[in-house]
Amino acid sequence: MKTDNKFSMTVLSRSTNESFIRSVVATFAAQLDPTVEEISDIKTAVSEAVTNCIVHAYKDSIGKIYITCEISNNLLTVKIRDKGVGIENITKAMEPLYTTAGDERAGLGFAVMQSFMDGIKVRSKLGSGTTVVLRKNISVRYGTARE
Amino acid sequence: MSVEISVKGEVLTARLAGEIDHHTAVGLRKEIDTAIDLNLPSLLVLDFEKVNFMDSSGIGLVMGRYKKISRTKGEVYVCGMSQNIFKVMKLSGLESIVKLDKKIV
Ligand SMILES: Nc1ncnc2c1ncn2[C@@H]1O[C@H](COP(=O)(O)OP(=O)(O)OP(=O)(O)O)[C@@H](O)[C@H]1O
Ligand SMILES: [Mg+2]
Repeated sequence: MKTDNKFSMTVLSRSTNESFIRSVVATFAAQLDPTVEEISDIKTAVSEAVTNCIVHAYKDSIGKIYITCEISNNLLTVKIRDKGVGIENITKAMEPLYTTAGDERAGLGFAVMQSFMDGIKVRSKLGSGTTVVLRKNISVRYGTARE
Repeated sequence: MSVEISVKGEVLTARLAGEIDHHTAVGLRKEIDTAIDLNLPSLLVLDFEKVNFMDSSGIGLVMGRYKKISRTKGEVYVCGMSQNIFKVMKLSGLESIVKLDKKIV
């Protein structure tokens, strides 16, 4: 499939960047003319993936988060990668309410990503990091011109 | 992100405003918990009317306050949620333990 547009960026795992990254992705996605709900879904899912890099992958350190965002036809693909601690058991980690972070985390980040996006893929290796790929089909609305 | 806290009798109301994520939740939690410890309310109202973004950190915030206040038999009421915030909140199953209401009080 041909890529229509793409950007990549590397950001430090500081919590102030959570809002920065989801806003950048939402702004990029805006060229697909998404609905308000689609934009909100994308922002929420991206926020989950980025927060996981900050809270879990680089728990006691500051590391780099690698973001790649692609548009192809009406499909948005967002890749969020870290070189942090990795996930031992991905299936278990993706179960709703599963968390390794104690009382203030709900363990619902992956559940949000799954239900708000049209596709999620997680790859991880203990000690070397995690990649989350999120996909969303943006509805083509009647009467809106798209190049 | 900000929170405006008011107390009326046994009811403590926290009016949240802005975006709730992991970065902002820490400060909100501290402010609300300080007010809970000081006033020991029987009802905590969390007003989301002015919240325009929330991820699962917001669920953690509500769940955490529920756990805290239920130790002293208090209850939690969440209101003023926009459709987008309600969508996140619903996913949590919080409906079974706290009262969720889209209406504004
Ligand atoms: N990038 C990552 N690196 C290492 N571990 C991760 C990463 N992402 C998720 N995890 C692991 O998967 C678990 C589940 O993640 P999920 O986002 O669903 O819940 P949470 O982050 O614990 O809580 P919440 O997202 O509700 O605040 C985490 O507790 C953590 O153990
Ligand atoms: Mg998470």
